[in-house]
Amino acid sequence: MMEFDPFVLARLQFAANISFHILFPSITIGLCWILVFFRTRFTLTGDKNWEYAYYFWVKIFALTFALGVVTGITMSFQFGTNWPGFMEKTGNISGPLLGYEVLTAFFLEASFLGIMLFGKSRVSNRLHLIACCLVAIGTTFSAFWIISLNSWMQTPSGYVLEDGIFMAENWWEIVFNPSFPYRLTHMINASLLTSAFFVIGVSAWRVKQKVDGPATWKVIKTGVAMAAVLAPLQIIIGDLHGLNTLEHQPAKIAAIEAIWETERGAAFTVFGFPNEAAKETEWAIKIPKLGSLILTHELDGELKGLNEFANEHPPVAPVFWAFRIMVGIGTLMVFVAWWASYVLLRGKPVSNALLRTLTWMTFSGWVAVLSGWYVTEMGRQPWVVYGLLKAKDVVADHPSATLMGTFLGYIVLYVFLLISYISTIRHLSRKPAQSLISVHEYPDKPLQKKRTS
Amino acid sequence: MEYWLPLFFVFVIGFCLLVYVVLDGFDLGIGLLLPFASDQEKDTMVASIGPFWDANETWIVLGVGVLLIAFPSAYGLVLSSLYVPVTLMLMGLILRGVAFDFRVKAGDQHKSMWNKAFFIGSLIAAVSQGWMLGAYITGLLPGMIHTLFSALIALTLPALYIMLGSAWLMMKTEDELFTKAVRWAKQAILPMGIALFMVSIATPTVSDEIARKWFSLPNAIGLLPIPLASIIAYVTIYYLLGRLDILKAGYAWLIFAGLILICVMAALGLAYSIFPDIVIGQINIWSAASATKSLQFVFVGLVITLPVIIGYTIFIYRIFHGKATSLSYD
Repeated sequence: MMEFDPFVLARLQFAANISFHILFPSITIGLCWILVFFRTRFTLTGDKNWEYAYYFWVKIFALTFALGVVTGITMSFQFGTNWPGFMEKTGNISGPLLGYEVLTAFFLEASFLGIMLFGKSRVSNRLHLIACCLVAIGTTFSAFWIISLNSWMQTPSGYVLEDGIFMAENWWEIVFNPSFPYRLTHMINASLLTSAFFVIGVSAWRVKQKVDGPATWKVIKTGVAMAAVLAPLQIIIGDLHGLNTLEHQPAKIAAIEAIWETERGAAFTVFGFPNEAAKETEWAIKIPKLGSLILTHELDGELKGLNEFANEHPPVAPVFWAFRIMVGIGTLMVFVAWWASYVLLRGKPVSNALLRTLTWMTFSGWVAVLSGWYVTEMGRQPWVVYGLLKAKDVVADHPSATLMGTFLGYIVLYVFLLISYISTIRHLSRKPAQSLISVHEYPDKPLQKKRTS
Repeated sequence: MEYWLPLFFVFVIGFCLLVYVVLDGFDLGIGLLLPFASDQEKDTMVASIGPFWDANETWIVLGVGVLLIAFPSAYGLVLSSLYVPVTLMLMGLILRGVAFDFRVKAGDQHKSMWNKAFFIGSLIAAVSQGWMLGAYITGLLPGMIHTLFSALIALTLPALYIMLGSAWLMMKTEDELFTKAVRWAKQAILPMGIALFMVSIATPTVSDEIARKWFSLPNAIGLLPIPLASIIAYVTIYYLLGRLDILKAGYAWLIFAGLILICVMAALGLAYSIFPDIVIGQINIWSAASATKSLQFVFVGLVITLPVIIGYTIFIYRIFHGKATSLSYD
């Protein structure tokens, strides 16, 4: 049997876990605020359809949240099981940040989720609304702290090194490190966009299945309005984030753009196959000067090439590709969101083509979020704390057979869960809208839920 | 400051893990009991823990999180030594956590599969935790006897969870399920007693020093309340389980309270044995502690947030007080 490098296996395992985990928070962070919006609209207008929209989506929220929680628990242990050296060296900094996440976010969301889901008949409308808000605030706090830690690993500041151990010097500088504001806004907005396309996509599918009601259309309008504003905003935030990365992590930018040699007035490579051994991009389609223009906002700006970083730059091809997938989907989101808002604003009948496109885009946010994270995380390699600590120096020394076994176990579990998750959403979405049931009284689906309350 | 801060953090870790064992213990126990109930009873049992399980599980994240914050080297050592049981436990918790939602949402044809997943996940998690406890209190050392001992705890610790789960059901349910819960508790009380006894006698045998701490004279007298209180609680529970009339009259909470008392006493005993080490015989509390500056930063957060967390946890348990009703989002 082939002998695998334990370092590669430890990384693969961690990457698989964190990739699977991020799928669910990237929906729940945004979806929770959408639910708060539905609940608030219902409270203010008394329109039952907002309540129906809330009930439909809160079920999917609960399911997604559960997946996020259990895969998140895995993360909190895997820092130790896979990267004990990371904790020994950066524990003074990463520990408190993770600790604040548990204290200010995890308990808040997990506790008030009980009221949000099951407490409607036991508490006042006001308290229920407050509980929904607290869950939403909790999910956002959680993003705040974990992104702060991740950003600190990318752009470390506020520390001193004593015998190879990181010591906290200034907590403000640690938490609000240089890349943090950009990464946080980029991620929160990504989550709002992911959830917007998710609710639009599922609703469009319901329209096609003819199980929609007035509530479904309220959801579509809410989602499209969000997407039409946030998708272009994301491009602006992304651009700012890129400038920040150029300042602090030039090697990452060089890999993203596959710039092999430092040059002025660098071209932008739209497409191509970076070949790291030959140090060239094959089949490249380039637009002259655009690379420098985008990144330095000057036609003749200088961009550092990979040659400046010897062997300490990230793998080029995956970062290059992941970046293009993210940007491609982001651009597609703008077009689709504007197309849908144009149709909706004009009050035109919604064509089948639009409905089909929206359905295809249901999980587009996932692909964009994952590729975005691959850009930033692979782009940090070979460092775990940029410029200071290498990933290979902090890995645990488990036998590769053990790692292989648990890795395969996780993969089997995750594939099974992902299939179950998507097919359950399909199952839930196939049920007729509550607002339709009240009109037609579907014989096979009596209104059990309503009668008990 | 440098002396007291690490102690405070050890106390917080112990407190979190104790709360975790009691709270997630009862919902893991219900997972373990699920196959023995009828379909309708299964729904009631899951409903009785629905609003709580998520927050219950957060206590282990906080416990492990504080271990990470305050004692990073011990965290690395403990988790990499316990790599296999930790991984199994996580997979169990994942399976169980999602089964909760899937069993009611995936459609009736899949419900029995998710009920099984809920049981199997709970079982894997409970057994792995027993294994971890066994390995931890024998100093994370390899060897035949240690492995056998860990296996023994792994097989008996679930009995404590079953007891907690049954006691919870006695408070939250009525009629037939109530009677069943009493019967389950009667079957689990003996294995639970064996598990607790084994844990109690194992720690002194790991090192002479721990043995001396327990069995030398004036200490032994001062420590007597710990085993004594445990025995009294155990006997009381045993007696009450035979008195359906008392339990039905609204005193079922006494069993749960008795179990909490046993858990607290076990925790005190363990703490006394292990102190001042954090990994027995390998690292002590102060040599494993993080830099004082990092501890101070988190200390402030803990002092403010922990009481708030405890406050709203109690608030939420009060909202869902009383016999369980069917779970409904309305």
